[in-house]
Amino acid sequence: MTIDIPAHMHPSRSFQGLILTLHNYWADYGCLILQPYDMEVGAGTFHPATTLRALGPLPWNAAYVQPSRRPKDGRYGENPNRLQHYYQYQVILKPNPPNLQELYLGSLEAIGVDPLLHDIRFVEDDWESPTLGAWGLGWECWCDGMEVSQFTYFQQVCGIECAPVAGELTYGLERLAMYVQGVDNVYDLNFNGREGAEKVTYGDVFLQAEQEYSRHNFEFANTAMLLRHFEDAEAECKALLDAGTPKPSDNLPMHRMVFPAYDQCIKASHVFNLLDARGVISVTERQSYILRVRNLAKACGEAFLKTRAGGLAAA
Amino acid sequence: MPDLLLELRSEEIPARMQRKAAGDLRKMLTDGLVEAGLTYEAAREYWTPRRLALDIRGLTPRSKDIREEIKGPSTTAPEQAVQGFLRKAGLSSIAEAHIHSDPKKGDFYVAHISKPGRAAEEIIAELVPGIIKSFPWPKSMRWGPASAKPGSLRWVRPLQSIVCTFGPETEEPVVVDFEIDGIRAGNVTYGHRFHAPGAITVRRFDDYVAKLEAAKVVLDADRRKEIILHDARNIAFANGLDLVEDEGLLEEVSGLVEWPIVLMGEFEQDFLTIPGEVIRLTIRANQKCFVTRPQGAGEDLSNRFILVANIEANDGGKEIAYGNGKVVRARLSDALYFWKTDQGDLPDLDQLRESAAKFDLDLKKPLDQRMARLDHLNVTFHAKLGTQGARVERIKRLAEELAPVVGADPALVARAAVLAKADLQTEVVGEFPELQGAMGRKYALLQGEHASVAAAAEEHYKPQGPSDRVPTDPVSVAVALADKLDTLTGFWAIDEKPTGSKDPFALRRAALGVVRILIENRIRLSLTSVFAKAFANFKGGADQSSDLLAFFHDRLKAYLRDQGARHDLIDAVITPQSDDLLQIVRRVEALGSLLDTEEGKNLLAGTKRAANILAAEEKKKTLVAETVETALFREEAEKKLNAAVNQAEKEAGQAIQNEDFSAAMLALSVLREPVDSFFEGVLVNDEDQAVRANRLALLARIRTATDQVADFSKIVG
Repeated sequence: MTIDIPAHMHPSRSFQGLILTLHNYWADYGCLILQPYDMEVGAGTFHPATTLRALGPLPWNAAYVQPSRRPKDGRYGENPNRLQHYYQYQVILKPNPPNLQELYLGSLEAIGVDPLLHDIRFVEDDWESPTLGAWGLGWECWCDGMEVSQFTYFQQVCGIECAPVAGELTYGLERLAMYVQGVDNVYDLNFNGREGAEKVTYGDVFLQAEQEYSRHNFEFANTAMLLRHFEDAEAECKALLDAGTPKPSDNLPMHRMVFPAYDQCIKASHVFNLLDARGVISVTERQSYILRVRNLAKACGEAFLKTRAGGLAAA
Repeated sequence: MPDLLLELRSEEIPARMQRKAAGDLRKMLTDGLVEAGLTYEAAREYWTPRRLALDIRGLTPRSKDIREEIKGPSTTAPEQAVQGFLRKAGLSSIAEAHIHSDPKKGDFYVAHISKPGRAAEEIIAELVPGIIKSFPWPKSMRWGPASAKPGSLRWVRPLQSIVCTFGPETEEPVVVDFEIDGIRAGNVTYGHRFHAPGAITVRRFDDYVAKLEAAKVVLDADRRKEIILHDARNIAFANGLDLVEDEGLLEEVSGLVEWPIVLMGEFEQDFLTIPGEVIRLTIRANQKCFVTRPQGAGEDLSNRFILVANIEANDGGKEIAYGNGKVVRARLSDALYFWKTDQGDLPDLDQLRESAAKFDLDLKKPLDQRMARLDHLNVTFHAKLGTQGARVERIKRLAEELAPVVGADPALVARAAVLAKADLQTEVVGEFPELQGAMGRKYALLQGEHASVAAAAEEHYKPQGPSDRVPTDPVSVAVALADKLDTLTGFWAIDEKPTGSKDPFALRRAALGVVRILIENRIRLSLTSVFAKAFANFKGGADQSSDLLAFFHDRLKAYLRDQGARHDLIDAVITPQSDDLLQIVRRVEALGSLLDTEEGKNLLAGTKRAANILAAEEKKKTLVAETVETALFREEAEKKLNAAVNQAEKEAGQAIQNEDFSAAMLALSVLREPVDSFFEGVLVNDEDQAVRANRLALLARIRTATDQVADFSKIVG
């Protein structure tokens, strides 16, 4: 795939150009291009387009950018590599095509990574999300020693066996952009590919937010309130799942409120991450919080299988 | 004789699993071939990140024909017997049986069974799919459309192709035809992912290796290791550096590349302010790179590291080295951030005052702050054993009690105990848990703690096993003992003891640690009294004391056996109440020396003889007098023995009071002569029942006299 685009759109000069190139590549392959989920999540996997759609027998191919929040990774904007808010590019292909590795390498070439100039490697990384009750086998994909993507064959999601298995690719967009743009500090990334007065950097867009959110995450987030929010989200998730449960009188035993319930599961997970960053969760409590979120995720996953997109067929 | 080539090509296999998997493949296939009646001359396995391969030489082309005869009943036997025979021999009618004649038995049926040998290809085609389906990967996965159905093929990562050829050197080998879940065995493989993406047709092992090599794949992992080590040493040497060798890392890296290219990268000198161990672990764990030292610079690291790439890059590797340098720098920035953060103030000091007061901490000092936070956050040690803070309080109290016993300054011990776990709250230990203790020591020195207090932060975890160094500084010894004894009594109190092979809290190691510290530092300690103090901290622990002591006895026995002590001597001196481990060891040593002498050996023989006679008579319910009556003595030898026993018992008892076990043994060894004379000159089984009972009582006296030193009946030989 040759790149026939203006210079300011080129991935080696433009952060947004990188995103657009990936969108083009995966759209051309046949993926739906979705938009980010409109809630705070820790990773692209939390988007219902991955968590829920990975379940059940129906084919599903989608790609999207997901802003991801890791409150603990905040560094007050002082670390050139670490951010509490960053972008993941997420591709989910169910079932995984047999040439997924080649497709992935093709996407790297599309953004200008020459595999005979750069050392691309698949290094063991068994992915696990204890909060989602999910695990899979795969790799960290290294480019010259830098982890630029995560490559996973989902085996289980929400505690449910994946049948068929979905392949998940997660690109760390900032890292990848730093790589192809050749900059050492994330805040120096050229965001729009323009030069001179028109140039906007990643720092112009996000530095202030990183500083403010670091203060919030580590010092000011109201922990008593967050603890309440956690309880509320947990209770609401259960209540919604309960309310949507198929009734014995239904012709088709279909669950009617999975997505709204799952939103509350996402919310609980993010609140937990904030509490964790504030250091108010001890090691043992940590386990029990993770377990509580996982129970919500499992219940949502099980409910999803009782819906049309989860493969429930009309009687 | 034909050779077999098998290659299972997959997506990248985790480095740590490759060697074992290839070995498993060889074993499973060769075992299967032999079981099917084939033989082979040699078999060797190979592996790269993308393939497991097997080279079997001199395989027999067919298994042998098997002929056997099954004897049946007489030709005149009833129908029922004939039917039974047909079933047993697998014949459909008696017409298929032969009739043999025997001069005695007459005519009888015989079934001639012949199983023709099978072609090796057929056996291989049957075996390999079974091996693939049952392969013992530590973790395996499903993939692709086939995974929609239950029972689909599992492999470590998606299996892509199978090469399986078979044939003698002089002929064109054939492809062994079989299929597993849509993958059909063939003679096509692929070389290096980027350098040689085209298909390669192979015939047998020799051209397979050569063609792979031409396609930039070094098949032999040990050769890849040699290349990496050789080139890494050279490139280091050429730059005035020494490679810091690391066999584990070398093994791992050799499993990450098919075509190893060694390059050098660098980072800024400034990062060398980070402790070398942190730099090494950072670069090793995250980047799988080797660190180097300036030649002859001792422990200090240089700012250059060695990486192993998988391609011969168009630019000679400049971009790769530069890219890796960037990542290493980013990782070291994190490490430096952790290292500096740990030396600075925590943000929420006001909240920590209460905890600081509890442990007499100085909140101006970084490590004190971390300990205060460990307590303040109520970090759990174990759900049933409370928080880390409570644990540190217990360890401190116990360590203070132990301080005078081990000759340590109680103030230093108290300080060491409250700082010992503080580094669990540091960023560096959060990142590299294996550095717990080592970091505590560094941070303690940086904030000006006494050298013994700093050392204790690291050494109180020691010894970590049978070969780890035992702490000797009394401050470290006190905290190390307190830490381990608190852990042991705690888990005993909640009844979480090791069972069989399960010991999740490493309690055996903790007890062995106590054993080694006490014995190798020659420390006398009554475990029972320490247990009493330690168990008082936990509900319901007191009645566990004797059980825990028995656990220590077992660890001590294992330890002494490893040191070459005779287990029977240990059994002879240990009683369920022995709670001073060093004393047990001294007794064993003294007993061993005694038994090395002629006196000792004969005394042992004499006491054993006495014990045997007594045991036999007691079994027969022969009367044994309660006490020895001198009036009933008839022989001089009896009188002498009685006097000698009384004397020896008194002297040995005295010596034991003085803890002089050699003297006690010496006192007993004097018994040898009178015991020998007694058995030579006196018949125990006298006709007079009273005399006999009295003599038996005298023999019992030998036992009571020796028992205070050791239970001689447990000594072998």
